[in-house]
Amino acid sequence: MRDSNSPLQQKFAALKRRAREAWEALRKGPLVLVGAATCGRAAGALEVLKVLEEEIRKQGLDARVVEVGCMGHCYAEPLVVIAKPGFPSICYGYVTEGIARRLVQDFLGGDDPCLEFALAALEPNELVPAFSDFPRGQVERAVLLEKCGLIDPQDINHYLALGGYGALVKALSLSPEEVVAEIKASGLRGRGGAGFPTGKKWEACRLAPGEEKYVICNADEGDPGAFMDRTILESNPHQVLEGLAIAAYAVGARRGFFYVRAEYPLAVERVKAAVRDARAAGLLGPDILGSGFDFEVEVFQGSGAFVCGEETALIASMEGRPGLPRHRPPYPAEKGLWGRPTVINNVKTLAYVPLIVERGAAWFRGIGTPQSPGTAVFALAGKVVNTGLVEVPMGTTLRQLIFGVGSGVPKGKAFKAVQIGGPSGGCLPVSCLDLPVDFDSLAQAGAMMGSGGMVVLDEDDCMVEVARFFLDFTQKESCGKCTMCRLGTRQMLEILESITRGEGRPEDLELLLELAEDVQAGSLCGLGRTAPNPVLSTLRYFREEYEAHIKERRCPAKMCQALIAYYILPEKCERSCDACVGSCPVEAIFTNEDRLKVIDQQKCVKCNSCMEACPPQYKAVIKLSPPELVRELERKGGAK
Amino acid sequence: MVLLTEEEKRAAREAAGSAVRGFPRSRGSLVPILQKIQEKLGYVPLEAMEEVAGQLGIPPVDVYGVVTFYNQFRLTPPGRRQIKVCLGTACHMKGGTVILDCWKRRLGIEVGGVTPDREFSLERVACVGCCSMAPVTVINDEVHGRVTPTRVDGLLFSFGVKVKKGRQEEGEVN
Repeated sequence: MRDSNSPLQQKFAALKRRAREAWEALRKGPLVLVGAATCGRAAGALEVLKVLEEEIRKQGLDARVVEVGCMGHCYAEPLVVIAKPGFPSICYGYVTEGIARRLVQDFLGGDDPCLEFALAALEPNELVPAFSDFPRGQVERAVLLEKCGLIDPQDINHYLALGGYGALVKALSLSPEEVVAEIKASGLRGRGGAGFPTGKKWEACRLAPGEEKYVICNADEGDPGAFMDRTILESNPHQVLEGLAIAAYAVGARRGFFYVRAEYPLAVERVKAAVRDARAAGLLGPDILGSGFDFEVEVFQGSGAFVCGEETALIASMEGRPGLPRHRPPYPAEKGLWGRPTVINNVKTLAYVPLIVERGAAWFRGIGTPQSPGTAVFALAGKVVNTGLVEVPMGTTLRQLIFGVGSGVPKGKAFKAVQIGGPSGGCLPVSCLDLPVDFDSLAQAGAMMGSGGMVVLDEDDCMVEVARFFLDFTQKESCGKCTMCRLGTRQMLEILESITRGEGRPEDLELLLELAEDVQAGSLCGLGRTAPNPVLSTLRYFREEYEAHIKERRCPAKMCQALIAYYILPEKCERSCDACVGSCPVEAIFTNEDRLKVIDQQKCVKCNSCMEACPPQYKAVIKLSPPELVRELERKGGAK
Repeated sequence: MVLLTEEEKRAAREAAGSAVRGFPRSRGSLVPILQKIQEKLGYVPLEAMEEVAGQLGIPPVDVYGVVTFYNQFRLTPPGRRQIKVCLGTACHMKGGTVILDCWKRRLGIEVGGVTPDREFSLERVACVGCCSMAPVTVINDEVHGRVTPTRVDGLLFSFGVKVKKGRQEEGEVN
């Protein structure tokens, strides 16, 4: 079967040749790529796309507009890339309908590349700086996301033309054991959060007795603050599908499933289309490319329960029961879906598989650290300049990630902490910035790799409130099976709520620590066992903030609504300006007899609108904590 | 609890009947069937649950258990415009709760509620994966990013709703 002239290779070569022809025909003329994943769409990418097409038609130009996935630079959405022969491929950011028209008229119609709107070029060249010329280019390394944003996720030919499905064909000419051995040798660890070695999981399933086995792609990305899996499925679903097919071949499964959150309608649609197209091309279905290997894939939509990210709960929900986790062992690799051996892998884990099979375990081991080989994909969000999808080799420090790639905290504010790993993770302070990002270092510092959400927090974010937020989430999402998780998190939440209201008692902190220990020990699945992490890590690094809330009824970050008040500084207020009055949604701001603006504290809903509306040259609106300070200041303001 | 008309009840049973038809009659089809019903009706009424239970041969209480376990399923009819406020981490840190409060105030309903004319319903969602556009509100399937209190008013205005200013009926005279 290893003969390069085998029928398998020949069939695939024909497929690939057709794809390459289509791809090259497309690239002959000018090509416009529009990033239209969910976040791009939210920023208006579809409107831009329409304007581009309309303008190209109006000008009678020969240019193709292609809808692609995410390019990673979410901060500058909507994004457009123009590849015109004779010019480097240039990426334009913050594209509006006006800019779109200019690009068509001046660049496609004329020869002016409109560099004033350019973000950067895709490759180094003489004309425009490329992404790799910026500081972030030194840190980033696209492995998993290599093709995202460059290909049309709905056109299988694009993926094929760039070498897609080559790994599946290679795997099919190896024995399943050889494929498992390769993945084991690569040291690939599950990207769903826990970092379990993927090869071991596959081997266990391969060796488990039973004719019928299943593979499942876990795309139930429920962590608030994480969007990597969604983006990958929307931008390059075929790579994940190929990984799933290889996994199936390796473990001996003939049926596979995508378990995708129903909250991701676009991802669901793209995956379904990918399955359909791959099947039509003979890359899925019975007797794939004449190899004798059958593989069918179905898409199952998760119904919005965070706990279903846990393997056994996910299985329960696919079997039509409430998603309650069960005790392990037996592990799903031995007894999974409908009692049959089942491998469940995260989207990113599966997306690495074709790359490893194609380029070899040694290549993969050459990236990252010995214990955590490969790259890490993070969804960078929160108080950071360059939000978006970031891929760096494992072992990169948090500082390089947040300041090198993310360009630091906006508006000149001070960095305070970074929340990694969502509700199971923790908040790491400035002192942890030089920590390398890998599974083990993060766990040691009290956070967790999680599925890769990274939310940057600045001086205006209250750590007690952050802890309360995550506990509120886990408390609501607790399935209720284990008493400690169901009731322990509830009691912890109540304590945190009382602290953020300024009603905390000094002994609460010890009680929180005690409860945290109990919840960790008394829960069956990862949800409960990691639920106290946000509280523990904030208590470990930011205890003084908890104490300020309890002892002084003061929120140092001025975030907890019950502990702050808004106030307009009379000496800074510009008398004839009405910006704040117009912005207030509840008419709480009035003009006093000195024609100064004053906030009626009884009516104020603390929505922050006035603070945003106040022109930067005045900056008259401030927040005070504790709120009693307002009365003091008003008294000092004199008899007015 | 919203009272359904006889016609709505009949529609519920019909929707359930037609949803079941596309799937194998086993328990594993339960969630996809319920999703199909919700897609059609916007919610899963009791009548539909009973119908599904009968057709799949499982106790109605098990169907009810599944419907109430998962966040996706609604038990009451949604508004014509379903407003979902994202309260994921990024949205929360960038003022998602303030935006939720704005919707509550303007629509006069709580989370999970529906306006009396069934025009709007309000929900909170954990994360829609648009964290770089925080704070986010999803109206039906359209994602609105970087929402501010004034944007809430603007959106309502674009739906033809006249926004009453102020928390109380009469504002304080200054």
